[in-house]
Amino acid sequence: MEKHNIQYQTVRFNLNGKDVERTVDVRASLTDMLRNDFRMTSVKKGCEVGECGACNVLIDGEAFNSCIYLAVWAEGKKVRTLEGLLGPNGELSDIQQAFVDEAAIQCGFCSPGFILTAVEILESGKEYTDAELRKLLSGHLCRCTGYENILRAVKKTMYKRLGKELPQ
Amino acid sequence: MYDMKALYQAKSVKDAVALRLAHPEAQIIAGGSDVLVQMREGKRAGAEFISIQTLDEIRGVFLDADGTLRIGALTSFSHITRDPLIQKYINVLGEAVDQVGGPQIRNIGTIGGNTCNGVTSADSASTLHAWEAIVELTGPNGVRRQPIQDFYIKAGKVDLREGEIQTAILIPKESYRNFFGHYIKYAMRNAMDIATLGTSVNVRLSADKKTVERARVAFGVAGPVPLRAETAEKLAAGQPVSLELAERFAQAVKEDINPRDSWRAAKDFRLHIAVESAKRAFIESVKLAGGDL
Amino acid sequence: MSKSVGKSVIRVDAYEKATGRAKYMDDLCDRSALIAKICHSTIAHGFVKSVDTSAAEAVPGVVKVLTCFDAPDIEFPTAGHPWSTDPHHQDVADRKLLNQHVRYYGDEVAVVIAEDEVAASQAVRAIRVEYEELPFVLDVQEAMKDGAPQLHEERYPGNILAHSDVRRGDYETARQEPGLIKVEGWYDTPTVQHCHIENHGCFAYEEAGRVVVVSSTQIPHIVRRVVGQALGLPWGRVRIIKPYIGGGFGNKQDALYEPLCAWCSTKVGGRLVKLECSREETFVSNRVRHAIRTHIISYVRPDGTLVARKLEAFSNQGAYASHGHGIVAKGMNAFPQLYPCPNVECDSWTVYTNRPSAGAMRGYGIPQAMFAGESHIDDICKAIHMFPLEFRRKNLMPMGYVDGFSKNELYSDTFNQCMDKALELLDYRRKFEEYQNQTGPVRRGVGLAVFWYNTAVWPISLESSSCRMVLNQDGSLQFQTGETEIGQGCDTAYSQMVADAVGIPLGDVHVVSTQDTDITPFGTGAYASRQTYIGGFSIMQTALALRERILNVAHEQTRMPVSNLDLVDGQIVRKSDGRVLKSLGDLATESLYSLESSRHITAETTAQIKSNAYSFGCSFAEVEVDIPMCKATLLRLVNVHDCGTLINPALAEAQVHGGMSMAIGYGLSEELKFDERTGKPLNNNLLDYKLSTFMDHPTLEAAFVENPEPTSPYGTKALGEPPACSGAPAIRNAVLNATGVAIDSCPITPHVLYRKFKEAGLIND
Repeated sequence: MEKHNIQYQTVRFNLNGKDVERTVDVRASLTDMLRNDFRMTSVKKGCEVGECGACNVLIDGEAFNSCIYLAVWAEGKKVRTLEGLLGPNGELSDIQQAFVDEAAIQCGFCSPGFILTAVEILESGKEYTDAELRKLLSGHLCRCTGYENILRAVKKTMYKRLGKELPQ
Repeated sequence: MYDMKALYQAKSVKDAVALRLAHPEAQIIAGGSDVLVQMREGKRAGAEFISIQTLDEIRGVFLDADGTLRIGALTSFSHITRDPLIQKYINVLGEAVDQVGGPQIRNIGTIGGNTCNGVTSADSASTLHAWEAIVELTGPNGVRRQPIQDFYIKAGKVDLREGEIQTAILIPKESYRNFFGHYIKYAMRNAMDIATLGTSVNVRLSADKKTVERARVAFGVAGPVPLRAETAEKLAAGQPVSLELAERFAQAVKEDINPRDSWRAAKDFRLHIAVESAKRAFIESVKLAGGDL
Repeated sequence: MSKSVGKSVIRVDAYEKATGRAKYMDDLCDRSALIAKICHSTIAHGFVKSVDTSAAEAVPGVVKVLTCFDAPDIEFPTAGHPWSTDPHHQDVADRKLLNQHVRYYGDEVAVVIAEDEVAASQAVRAIRVEYEELPFVLDVQEAMKDGAPQLHEERYPGNILAHSDVRRGDYETARQEPGLIKVEGWYDTPTVQHCHIENHGCFAYEEAGRVVVVSSTQIPHIVRRVVGQALGLPWGRVRIIKPYIGGGFGNKQDALYEPLCAWCSTKVGGRLVKLECSREETFVSNRVRHAIRTHIISYVRPDGTLVARKLEAFSNQGAYASHGHGIVAKGMNAFPQLYPCPNVECDSWTVYTNRPSAGAMRGYGIPQAMFAGESHIDDICKAIHMFPLEFRRKNLMPMGYVDGFSKNELYSDTFNQCMDKALELLDYRRKFEEYQNQTGPVRRGVGLAVFWYNTAVWPISLESSSCRMVLNQDGSLQFQTGETEIGQGCDTAYSQMVADAVGIPLGDVHVVSTQDTDITPFGTGAYASRQTYIGGFSIMQTALALRERILNVAHEQTRMPVSNLDLVDGQIVRKSDGRVLKSLGDLATESLYSLESSRHITAETTAQIKSNAYSFGCSFAEVEVDIPMCKATLLRLVNVHDCGTLINPALAEAQVHGGMSMAIGYGLSEELKFDERTGKPLNNNLLDYKLSTFMDHPTLEAAFVENPEPTSPYGTKALGEPPACSGAPAIRNAVLNATGVAIDSCPITPHVLYRKFKEAGLIND
């Protein structure tokens, strides 16, 4: 078998607000780098082909499945994972708290990915209908919740941030 | 960890062309949502790859001086959908690519990748065919332009020549001016799915909105590559707007399409859906154009 | 006393999961692990003649390649059932770690152990397997025919793993009654998969002469036994650790790849080896739900009285026995109970075929049985022109019904109460009438289905649970059970139960979520819908034992008689005047550090449960059918359940949502497909397998009727599986109401609707 020389490359990027650099195997996905080099356990592997959304992270404010994103592409990017949402004293962000309060978490495996997509939605500052929210959240599969309480959690937080009453 | 033998990262279009010439066997990766998945499946395992993912120079939507709409090959689906020029001139394209996969896929997937992998189910492809898009390719001898229909050679194969990369999709002004269109993605789920059938129709009506001046229709998954249904187009041209015309137009698409039987869907089922979708997309297009039905 | 049970308290693991800190299998595995990858069979049936591993072994980074010729010649069972000491009741042992006789496309032929996943994958692709191919069979009834390919010929000729029957009265004579209307139907349900978002995976290493496996499993104590059996090791030489898991739904109620991974570790000197399934492997080489074909004949009087009924059910087992006949038998046994009828003949067969092995999946045979049975009820109603709600009110199991075998009793008028509650939410009667005889391309319909469920596995199998409670210095306690948290929320429900039974605040209850067979008291894990029911017995019993010890110590410390002492909200209280004598924390601290009688206060008991409980409910669906587009869209789905006393209403509702979602997929979109020519699975990935997405659901409406279950210490009974049982037939019956077309299979996909609408003349091409 042909011996192949492993290529390494140093990637410099911003992870959860902090400038970092790591030398990685160019074959690594962003999931690999975040889990193995940064031990970010919120980045889950559910399919590794971009079909489930469990590995979702925010790159320059947009949601990406990190499993189908090469680690070296993170060069110069701002990457956010769920770990970045937590306050300095372990305070949950409003959207995390809403997932907790609305019983939107069961096995917990899809939750980090969902919460990060919710962050992108909420940070747009827009008000969405239920149908629009369903579409915006549709890149994540969940087998436990039927999506119902996840919708409630996102909706509740959206209205709260907009300073509006949650419609009944 | 992906099983790749080597990764070459282009720093510019020029660099990409040089890398293509230096590594003719290497596969191009744009967004990665198709190629990386294939690699995971073992299909391209052990191959060499040229990443053009970071070439911001071919990202974005612009209007050229002659009114041609220029969509950079690396523009992601979500950016196409949100782009004001797209919304103004070819909104249906934004709507079509807004039905690709899910939000994360639409953030990574590019229109260049979607057309260069040559698959018939690509959600952008039927609309680009129906709007007579031009593919811009940049190679060692400069820029080459090709109608999208000629770009598709056969299933999974496009006319991407030695040293070339796709740099843009162009929609000429005469192709979009006064046209209104509608895309129907027929799939088994409302998200995260590939099209069982994609139908894109657009029409240009006379000034009084009573006559169809021109109608165009293209399908994905109605043949090995996306295709136009010219019999139906000819039938509708110059005809007065009516529901009866929609019905005849829809029936006529059967003359040109040739879906196959596969485990994903049977031929007769796809034919049935094609007719119904053509009818509905035609009616919707006429309404968008201001026609009364 | 502040009660915890009955409140919607926040999940005890919510913070860990909302922050991504909860550790799942792969989060715990050291990055130095060797990676094991399996070489799966690429034929559906045959014998491995030879395996050429030379190219695989030459891949840089490959440590070892093991083939079916290296594997121990031991056949072992995999089902997550309690072991039986009676050989006649033991699970069927019919597979080896790696198989020379491969019986499905995806069977295990060889395994590579390498330094990284890329090397392991390259080596798997480099393995050359030479097969002697045999004919294969995918269809359950084809497999029963003479001359069909045989999968386990020596022990199970004719591919029949098992057959069982039920007989009541005299079917043949009764059906001769003049004036009866005969209604007959065949109903097919698909092969589907659990699709928990965390794939199964595990890692193994040796420590002090024992093999340790950390696994994404529902059943650590059972897996310990199976790993011991598969490797020929004494069971005490095996230790299984179960961390948080990303869902199970029954797939992980089997020993999956823990035995193989453990064996791999022993073959590389006990080094750490990780084996993670890809999504594609999870679909094919784990377990699936049994596809069951059901034939029902009913003889009915024009007034809707059931006179004689016959059922034949053919369950597609796939290649290996796994949970085997238990699934179809459960559905068959429900048949004469749900609609009691004096004359009944039921037969069920579980049949080997060259498909992936079917095992446990949420509902354990009842979603299949309800699709067939409840579709058939609406077919009867159509035939005799009876309103489906009235038929059910007339014929469903009445209050006071007692089953002769299980001794289960229906203590309340559950069915009518549940249907009444559903009617408050969805105006079924009016809509049913309104939607009949519609014309036009887009039509609406409403449908109803009920379900039968049984909480636990007694008396078919052992039911026991063990619990340990350990009091801390501050008056808080840790507790452990063998029943596992798999996402359903039992850690939280148990914490609430413990708080109330011991008499301490919920915040002083600490659940040990991880099960470790070295540490956790014996329990068989998470399965059936038994967690709150079964766990309730051992929790109550252990809590009472702990209270007794605490009050005895309180007596020593306060000199008040035990009979005048109580433990309320973490305080030792004198009953006669209600005075707080001391806090439990002070008591515990004094007890532990006492120079006179130092004691660490704990309790541990095992409860064996010799009862079971019915848990019933219903689904009402409303659909819109676009006939030319061949699409049925679900507009509303209402589920009502009577699962007894709700321990945690918010988590109960969330459970119901998840089950309803699974039922929607079952009814409308999910099906694992196979190439008829090769037996190869066609859509074993999350793109081609149509799991419902966020956009495929209406708002899910869940409601409850609470009739406390008298056999449970907490008044509770099954809720985990029931929500998955009645949604699909409700949808099917709604399509019938909308279009007049009776669909005899699920999922009701556009492909199916196209054929059926063409047959019915609703579309003409």
